[in-house]
Amino acid sequence: MKLMYFAWLRQKIGCGGEERALPAHVATVEQLLAWLDTLGPGYRAALADRKSIRVAVNHEYVGAEHPVKQGDEVALFPPVTGG
Amino acid sequence: MIRVQQEDFDVGAEIARLTAGNRAIGGLALFVGLVRDMADREKIGAMTLEHYPGMTEKKLAEIEAEAQRRWPLEASLIVHRYGRLEPGDNIVLVACASPHRDAAFDACRFLIDWLKTEAPFWKLEETGAGPRWVDARDSDDRAKKRWVAD
Repeated sequence: MKLMYFAWLRQKIGCGGEERALPAHVATVEQLLAWLDTLGPGYRAALADRKSIRVAVNHEYVGAEHPVKQGDEVALFPPVTGG
Repeated sequence: MIRVQQEDFDVGAEIARLTAGNRAIGGLALFVGLVRDMADREKIGAMTLEHYPGMTEKKLAEIEAEAQRRWPLEASLIVHRYGRLEPGDNIVLVACASPHRDAAFDACRFLIDWLKTEAPFWKLEETGAGPRWVDARDSDDRAKKRWVAD
């Protein structure tokens, strides 16, 4: 799976993106965030405030129950502030 | 038309290109967003706009298609910059052209309101106390909701 991080999530995790093999028990966005939370202190800090995190799967906004699979591109970022 | 770019844009040249040769256009409305030197009563030195290449273009194209579905537009344009910008610099241009002014005004307002809550851009401000990520505003969500019931 291709993971992408933006804004303060990128800074806290320490990289803009990475390839990760998805564990078998991870099938939804919520499970993905719970798994990432276990990967180290940077991930834990980035994921502490879940309501400030937006998730896009393959460039579409999705909710916590949305399915994820190995070939997906999943992006985590704060609410957008362009314009 | 959608463009996401680092370089500046020339509003006059963009309008001329957008309306060239189209005699059905009777009204053109546009919005230009600029970098302010103040935010929450604090001085801003500059800001850096980060975006999500690929998703940004996709969301902007979707928003533009939705505006064209809702209003009889002859032409439309969104240009959004990214990278480091200083106070006074252009950030975004939204332009809508239609036979009549109502559609042009409404579509332009719709595009900037939706863009602000849907397009994946993030602003990092340089303040006296160091860099600070701009928080999303409730007022932007309310501005977008005005268009949802339409």
